[in-house]
Amino acid sequence: MEAVKLVYPVEGGDLIEAGEASSKMKLTLKKLGLPPDVIRRASICMYEGEINMVIHADGGQAEVDVGMDEIVIRMIDQGPGIPDIDRAMQEGYSTAGDMARDLGFGAGMGLPNMKRYSDEMDIETEVGKGTTVTIKIKI
Amino acid sequence: MQHSVSIEYARCRGCTTCMKNCPTQAIRVRRGKATILTERCVDCGECIRCCPHKAIKARSDPFSCLEEFQYTVALPDPALYGQFQHLDEVGRVLDGLLELGFHAVYETAKGAELLSDYARKHPGDAAEKKLPVISSACPAALRLIRIRFPQLLEHITSTITPMELAAILARKKAVEETGLLPEQIGVFAIVPCSAQVTAAHSPDDLQQPVLDGAFSIRDLYLRLLSPMQKLDAPHTPSSAGKAGVRWAFCGGEASARGSSERFLAVDGMDSVIRILAAIEDDRVPDVDFVELCACTQGCVGGCLTVEDPFVATMRLRHLIRSLPDVACSYDDQVGDPAIVQADKELEFAPVYLLDPDRTVAMEKMSAIHDLERQLPGLLCGSCGAPSCHAFAEDVVMGRAQREDCIFQVRARMRAMTGPEDSDEYLPAPFRSKLGKVVPSDR
Ligand SMILES: Nc1ncnc2c1ncn2[C@@H]1O[C@H](COP(=O)(O)OP(=O)(O)OP(=O)(O)O)[C@@H](O)[C@H]1O
Ligand code: SF4
Ligand SMILES: [Mg+2]
Repeated sequence: MEAVKLVYPVEGGDLIEAGEASSKMKLTLKKLGLPPDVIRRASICMYEGEINMVIHADGGQAEVDVGMDEIVIRMIDQGPGIPDIDRAMQEGYSTAGDMARDLGFGAGMGLPNMKRYSDEMDIETEVGKGTTVTIKIKI
Repeated sequence: MQHSVSIEYARCRGCTTCMKNCPTQAIRVRRGKATILTERCVDCGECIRCCPHKAIKARSDPFSCLEEFQYTVALPDPALYGQFQHLDEVGRVLDGLLELGFHAVYETAKGAELLSDYARKHPGDAAEKKLPVISSACPAALRLIRIRFPQLLEHITSTITPMELAAILARKKAVEETGLLPEQIGVFAIVPCSAQVTAAHSPDDLQQPVLDGAFSIRDLYLRLLSPMQKLDAPHTPSSAGKAGVRWAFCGGEASARGSSERFLAVDGMDSVIRILAAIEDDRVPDVDFVELCACTQGCVGGCLTVEDPFVATMRLRHLIRSLPDVACSYDDQVGDPAIVQADKELEFAPVYLLDPDRTVAMEKMSAIHDLERQLPGLLCGSCGAPSCHAFAEDVVMGRAQREDCIFQVRARMRAMTGPEDSDEYLPAPFRSKLGKVVPSDR
């Protein structure tokens, strides 16, 4: 059984509209009848990744492969990259600006949450080139 | 289930307005007429509001139903009180209803107030639920959760709705007062919306309906005007306080529960959907209680009301100034805690599921995506589906045919006739080049 491939472009800058990709993905996963807990975890990870691309990388693209036993979410951007991944992974570490903070983002919890809700997480990043965060969730 | 929302075939021109505005994508246009995918309809009334040809109606019961009963009780929704200009006392509306021929009135606001009192006195009920606790009072929101947010079913209060509680108590009271049998008594709600009409006949939370029917505020409004004007001083005292009447507008239920300020009161289908999605993903922290109203401003904005919802809310605020904060107590009036409990488990209705077998569902999803890639993404609606994605899904699910998309037909024409002229089948905005210009004489 081939994986179902979903692609969602994520626009940069627009924090108010952010979250659209994860809510679209969620409806698709519901149509497939995946277990509610899997849908919830995938959706939380995707939402955090999407927000990160909007705030920190001026947008990007989310690619989702839904297979029989796992969901793979790849969030790919051509933003500034992450200089120190270990630091970025620490709870509370954030470089978010004032605007994002005013809207309730910037608690430094996004990446740690993605780690917690996923079964596997991998970050590939190069300063000045971009970042790809890959998340796997077992079904 | 019989829905209240229905399309008047003769009036519908198939303009696709309702289809594009339906929050659950429950409408398709077939052979030039709108049709409702019954299992997806939540009776929110959005289509009734937006139809430019007034072709969508909410069926409520005819007044002739009253003749089947020896004794009839009217259950006015508090939103009714906000419909009248210069109304000074709730009692005048109640008198008007008696004047129209109902033998008794029982305010739905009283049912609401008793439920609020119950909730305050039994915090343990809510403690068994997942937080935030979600209200079950708006049947359109409730059905939305049942079809789209199954995980949230465990959050919903297990008590019945104000209309249902009022109906049970009204019938009991009438039996005691008249000595008639329960079935000889007709209990009719006067409701603001199609969702309540449907709920009166097919409740989500009760095995058996407790009402005999429902009339719309709109249908009763004109009939009520003249008897209300003729009356001098109102005789019938109102039996509900501020707490009960406030349920007519969004936020009223939450404040009547009186628990904390950590509540959300959300109105309008789009906002309700957005908030439910956020709650599902744990993105709404620090909230204890969520009140949901499918309609703008709450039930005052119901699709079967007459007055503008904002005006009605203002009038209600004025009207309740003379009412006591609370007029009745659960322990005195009801006592038995079992009466407010729903006796039917709220069930998930997987109407969006492509197939119960996940392998099959995935194959179908891939087929949908393959087809969608061939579609132009214009959302023109001429295929009769609200979006190209929905159309692709309809085709794969056997609800539509590929050829219903005018662009699929074009592709086929082009293959047969070559590139020349094949665009002429399309309406002007969709042609890729200008049509042949016929030179005029002058
Ligand atoms: N896609 C990205 N591109 C560049 N930097 C990123 C990206 N994602 C995360 N970062 C960096 O990692 C830091 C931590 O990210 P994390 O998501 O944990 O917190 P946050 O986005 O700052 O705040 P929160 O997610 O709680 O709103 C960010 O502040 C940012 O410096
Ligand atoms: S908010 Fe009130 S009027 Fe509107 S659908 Fe819900 S119950 Fe009916
Ligand atoms: Mg983040």
